[in-house]
Amino acid sequence: MTENLVLAAAEVTPAASAAWLVIAIPLVSAGILLLAGRLADKWGHLLGVAASAASCVVACWVFFAMLAQPAAERAQDVVLGTWIAGGSFTLDLGLQIDQLSMAFVLLVTFVGTLIHIYSIAYMEHDPDRRRFFAYLNLFVAAMLTLVMADSYLVLFVGWEGVGLASYLLIGFWNYRTEYAVAAKKAFIANRVGDVGMLIAMMIMFSQFHTLSFSGVFAAAAHASPATLTLIGLALLLAACGKSAQFPLQSWLGDAMAGPTPVSALIHAATMVTAGVYLVVRSGPIFEHTANARLAVLIVGAITLLYGAIVGCAKDDMKKALAASTMSQIGYMMLAAGLGPVGGIFAIMHLLTHGFFKAGLFLGAGSVMHAMSDQVDMRRFGALDKFMRVTWLTMMAGWLAILGIPPFAGFFSKDKIIEQAFVPPDGQPWQAWVFGLVAMLGAGITAFYMSRLFFMVFQGKARWTDGQHPHESPPLMTVPMIILSLGSIGLGLVLTLVKFDEYLAPALVEGHHGEPVLNQYVIMGSTLALVVIGAWIAWVKFGTKTAVVPVLPPAADGLVRAARADLYQDTLNNALLVVPGQALVRGTTEVDEKVVDGAVRGIGALFQSIGSVVSRLQNGYVRSYAATMLAGVILLVAIVLAVQG
Amino acid sequence: MTVSAYLILASILFTIGAVTVLVRRNAIIVFMGIELMLNAANLAFLTFSRMWGDLTGQLAAFFVMVVAAAEVVVGLAIIVSLFRTRRTVSVDDENLMRH
Amino acid sequence: MSAMTTLAATDPSLVMSVPEQILFWTVGAIVVLAAFALLFSKRAVVTACAIVLVMVGLCFLYFALQAPFLGVAQLVVYTGAIMMLFVFVLMLVGVDISDSFIETIRGQRPLGVLFGLGLLACLGGAVLKSTMPPVQGIPQDPEVSNPSALAEILFSNYAFTLEITGCLLIIAALGAVIMTHRVRLTKRITQGEIAAIRLRDGMRLTPPPAPGNYARHNAADIPALDAGGDVIEDSVPTVLRMRGQVHRLKGVAQDLLPDEVPATRRPDAVPPAGDIPAVAETPQQLAAEAEAQGRKPEAGEGEVKS
Repeated sequence: MTENLVLAAAEVTPAASAAWLVIAIPLVSAGILLLAGRLADKWGHLLGVAASAASCVVACWVFFAMLAQPAAERAQDVVLGTWIAGGSFTLDLGLQIDQLSMAFVLLVTFVGTLIHIYSIAYMEHDPDRRRFFAYLNLFVAAMLTLVMADSYLVLFVGWEGVGLASYLLIGFWNYRTEYAVAAKKAFIANRVGDVGMLIAMMIMFSQFHTLSFSGVFAAAAHASPATLTLIGLALLLAACGKSAQFPLQSWLGDAMAGPTPVSALIHAATMVTAGVYLVVRSGPIFEHTANARLAVLIVGAITLLYGAIVGCAKDDMKKALAASTMSQIGYMMLAAGLGPVGGIFAIMHLLTHGFFKAGLFLGAGSVMHAMSDQVDMRRFGALDKFMRVTWLTMMAGWLAILGIPPFAGFFSKDKIIEQAFVPPDGQPWQAWVFGLVAMLGAGITAFYMSRLFFMVFQGKARWTDGQHPHESPPLMTVPMIILSLGSIGLGLVLTLVKFDEYLAPALVEGHHGEPVLNQYVIMGSTLALVVIGAWIAWVKFGTKTAVVPVLPPAADGLVRAARADLYQDTLNNALLVVPGQALVRGTTEVDEKVVDGAVRGIGALFQSIGSVVSRLQNGYVRSYAATMLAGVILLVAIVLAVQG
Repeated sequence: MTVSAYLILASILFTIGAVTVLVRRNAIIVFMGIELMLNAANLAFLTFSRMWGDLTGQLAAFFVMVVAAAEVVVGLAIIVSLFRTRRTVSVDDENLMRH
Repeated sequence: MSAMTTLAATDPSLVMSVPEQILFWTVGAIVVLAAFALLFSKRAVVTACAIVLVMVGLCFLYFALQAPFLGVAQLVVYTGAIMMLFVFVLMLVGVDISDSFIETIRGQRPLGVLFGLGLLACLGGAVLKSTMPPVQGIPQDPEVSNPSALAEILFSNYAFTLEITGCLLIIAALGAVIMTHRVRLTKRITQGEIAAIRLRDGMRLTPPPAPGNYARHNAADIPALDAGGDVIEDSVPTVLRMRGQVHRLKGVAQDLLPDEVPATRRPDAVPPAGDIPAVAETPQQLAAEAEAQGRKPEAGEGEVKS
């Protein structure tokens, strides 16, 4: 391994050639934790944290070594060896070290490490804590494989790996049936997306005879638009499955069944953004197909409104956050569909979102920790006095997602809205539609996030009996504080270090267009909408006089629909599950009656033949000899007859 | 009257041996029937050897004899040990393998 | 058949000479008749003797077929070794054992006859239908005898086969040894132990008196008499006593019987005439006693007899 590595990596920097360690460390740790079994119960969580932290350290080393290179030479393809050698088709197992993947790697390892630390305390009383850390490590390794892959096939390995880890972690408490069902739902929705991924790879392979990024992107420049559109749509389907975008969004809300750190890491900060990464990474394909780009835009726009509307009606704190995640990823998807410039802001929003949403989730976990695992926001209220740290860190996250300057969200989300107003391909109607949708989404976001924040921390206490809210231990609060620092300052920092210039070489070249409105007008109106949304929420839920019913009040159609996730499950049920079940029942019937009948008939036939034949097996040697002699006679007779 | 008469004689002897195997129950007699069949084969070998003027047929008969000797040793040992354990040499009683 | 006759007519070399014909018919008839003993003889010993006859007859035919070496080998190997081995095994399992002709498998005998006829028809048909080459005869070289010629082929072209056959023979011999080997299940009783048992149980320490003493007969089944003229039962071998084959003194020597009522001093020594002596010994004691009398315990004698 090492020798090949050195030879293959002759032209890459030593740091980059060690990049495989970033993946290998958590993977090995996961293997140890799973194989050691109960032996590792005492120290398993420590190993898990250490593996994640070590991976983060190596990632930092690789990152800074990459920064030391001139911008044009930063992208490196580290070949680890040949994976598939099939005649004319060879596929190298390699890692792509460039600005895009490293941004992701840092996010995954850093936030991942914080959440690992948080989990030590959060999962302290769980008998299966070691297994939990094993799965977390597995997830980290798979996610890093996904983002560091240098070909679609390697990416697919990570893609499936995170799907598996997500399934295992959502169903971590699988003794509760609904959690197990939620895990299954997530898994199946992801499989639907995977079909898209597989189709995309098959088209690539049949058309371009390669699956490596460099090969595919080189070939994409000369491919027919129809092919590229097909690939783009298939990739979009894959992204929808993984990132819970419309129409495959239904699993994310139920995925909140998993432990809260899982929701923070996988279903907010990292895995669900893999779809965005896929679209941004496949920029050279989408660049040549306006139709696929439009599809991405539509999906993003629908999802961002969808998530926002659902978020307004949810009383379950984690589900409201999940809806918010869906909506925010809708923003990223929208940005990714806007082309290379939008892609930069998509990634930037992805990074800031990773911090503030993880912070919000960890805060939610802290609140649940304090309120004996309740999640109904109608039974919270006035917690600010009891949980100062949680309150402050969540406030940072709340302001960040609202996009209040100078918090992180302002620098990323506002740019996306502004970019949405830039007419793509010279079609102003698109700019107006998507720009206004994005702006409206910001207002709704402000309302539901403020609603969440106020219902939890402000207003009057509506606790159930016997609650003694208390602040969480430092192991939980310290990661929250660090993440809240990111929520406050990451946007500003990224802007100051000129993140767009850093990332640009990894993407196709884009050109800045002019928005149809003046950018300050856009910024002003967005801020105004945000303030209005937050003010409505304050009036309804935040003031000391605001009356928040303990039970959800009767409501009109839209709220009822939003509470029911806009009937996504009903729709899925009617469109997919019921016909599917009918199909399965029919198939089962056919299987039982026809196939099994045939099989059983054959079995019975041979049984009766056997029982007849077994009479010949009477144990008498002489009978056997007679049979043998009969055979000899028959053979001789045949030979004689044939010879004439 | 040709040399084929020897072959007919060999056929008759072979048939007698085969029928012995089928109808007799005493393992020793059955075994003698098998020996008779081997001898019939030898007779045929020698006849053909003479017909073709080739000594290889006689050689084949020689090997048959050696193998028959080995077979007799093992076969009779089996009969003896069977007799010791089951007190019988009837082949019909040795159907334990069926169960 | 017609094809064969025409062939024979055209090629005189196929025809056997008259002396050979005489030999063939005589020996052939003897051989076939003897072989039928396999099917119809009740006693295995008779069958074995008949097969010896078949083998010897075949030896003559081999000579007629210009294979003197194999003729001798046939005589030595089959009659001398193999058939004697058969007879030896027959002796081991009981010489007078006879086979029952009651068929136990339904339809086996008609089936056997049917298959036999079928096989004969097939083989005979094959022989008669085939076109035989003109008989060339084994080349007769006065310099090279038949065994030498055979040896030349055997040790050149078939040397490896010969080696393999040698291996086969060794393996067969070893196999026979292993198969007939019996692991001793009980400890071997030594002479010292027998003496100790006798001393412990108050049994007779000296050898038993020889039968037939002081009697007109000295046969083994006549009990000895002691000084008082009484019968000593122990003097008759155990086996005879168990079979009830002990002859009473009364039957062989009336004049030696005492006039008075016999056996007043040893009422237990003389069972009622013609009765089997009451023997209530365990097999172990019996074996020990038999060994003490200098004989091997003969297991299974009774079954063979019956």
